[in-house]
Amino acid sequence: MTGINKDWRNDIYAVFKDLNITMVSHVPDAGHTPLINLCEKDNEIDVVTLTTEQDGVGLSCGAYAGGRKSALLMQSSGVGNCINALALPNICRIPFLTIVSMRGEWGEFIPWQVPMGLGTPKVLEAMDIKVFRADYKDEVGSTVDAAARFAFNTNRSAAVLLSQKMIGAKQFKNG
Amino acid sequence: MIDRRPFVQKILKNRKDNLRVVSGIGTSTWDIMSAGDNKGNFGFIGAMGQSIPFALGLAKSQPDLRILLFTGDGDTLMSLGSMATVANHPVNNLTIVVLDNESYVETGSQPTATAGKSDLELIAKGSGISNSYTVTNENNYEKIMNTIYDEEGPSLIVVKCQAKATPLVFPHSFDGSVSINRFMSSIKS
Repeated sequence: MTGINKDWRNDIYAVFKDLNITMVSHVPDAGHTPLINLCEKDNEIDVVTLTTEQDGVGLSCGAYAGGRKSALLMQSSGVGNCINALALPNICRIPFLTIVSMRGEWGEFIPWQVPMGLGTPKVLEAMDIKVFRADYKDEVGSTVDAAARFAFNTNRSAAVLLSQKMIGAKQFKNG
Repeated sequence: MIDRRPFVQKILKNRKDNLRVVSGIGTSTWDIMSAGDNKGNFGFIGAMGQSIPFALGLAKSQPDLRILLFTGDGDTLMSLGSMATVANHPVNNLTIVVLDNESYVETGSQPTATAGKSDLELIAKGSGISNSYTVTNENNYEKIMNTIYDEEGPSLIVVKCQAKATPLVFPHSFDGSVSINRFMSSIKS
């Protein structure tokens, strides 16, 4: 499971297949794009593009009530949009898994990404979400696997933060 | 204008086995509970704005069931983008009934946007839910029942209701884990 693939997104995809996660919702982020592409090519996975990350919380919970496992992919800026929605999996003890690509923490170019980047782990922990973190490519697969099993085995919410150090901070050029 | 409580009760009377019912935060949950306790009901008592995406996820997971969501204008207005998601990831077994009383009755009857210039049927249609219509009287009962059980969804029906407080009718449990597990038992069996 650990770092078996060239691209760590393939390791996340392998966890989805291993644990029979068949619905993946997202507001896209460049860090997730290769994973979204892998899921879209897979006929067994429904990929749902959202207009706001919070809807992915309700969607995941409804899917689970109907017998399907899912995951929500988002950028750290989307975590703040989800706060009250996270009451739903919490009070219903519905397993909830989200994978968050971090911005605003490592070589960030855009200052507007910093407030929510700094707030992301605190906000998740404030809502009783178990927070996992992957800083290195070879630990992504095992971390997502551990978070998913934590969520689905214990009927809790879990988030994996994918560090910006690993994803890489884009430096923008004017013009 | 429709009296929502007896109208919801009429829709849920003699419900078919393939129907599962979800309700959004607020009066909608007391409405469906007033029609009688049923394991095939799941009522939100919080997480405002999440009932439409929840119903979408449920409908996608259970294509052989008919999924009926009763919710209010306040809950719907909180996540208008969810209509676009429903339209673009369509499910043919989902009917959303918005009990639109144009006010936040439970908090003191402050007017919602639908009391002003906003029209949820037009927003639904503009979002891409083509089978959307508004009813203002009970003459449309048969049409609504046909939409719920037989028409290809997703569908959204705006039911214009009187803005009046109705008695609270509590669900089997306020504990969400009890509610959802009870609801899920109605799907497994």
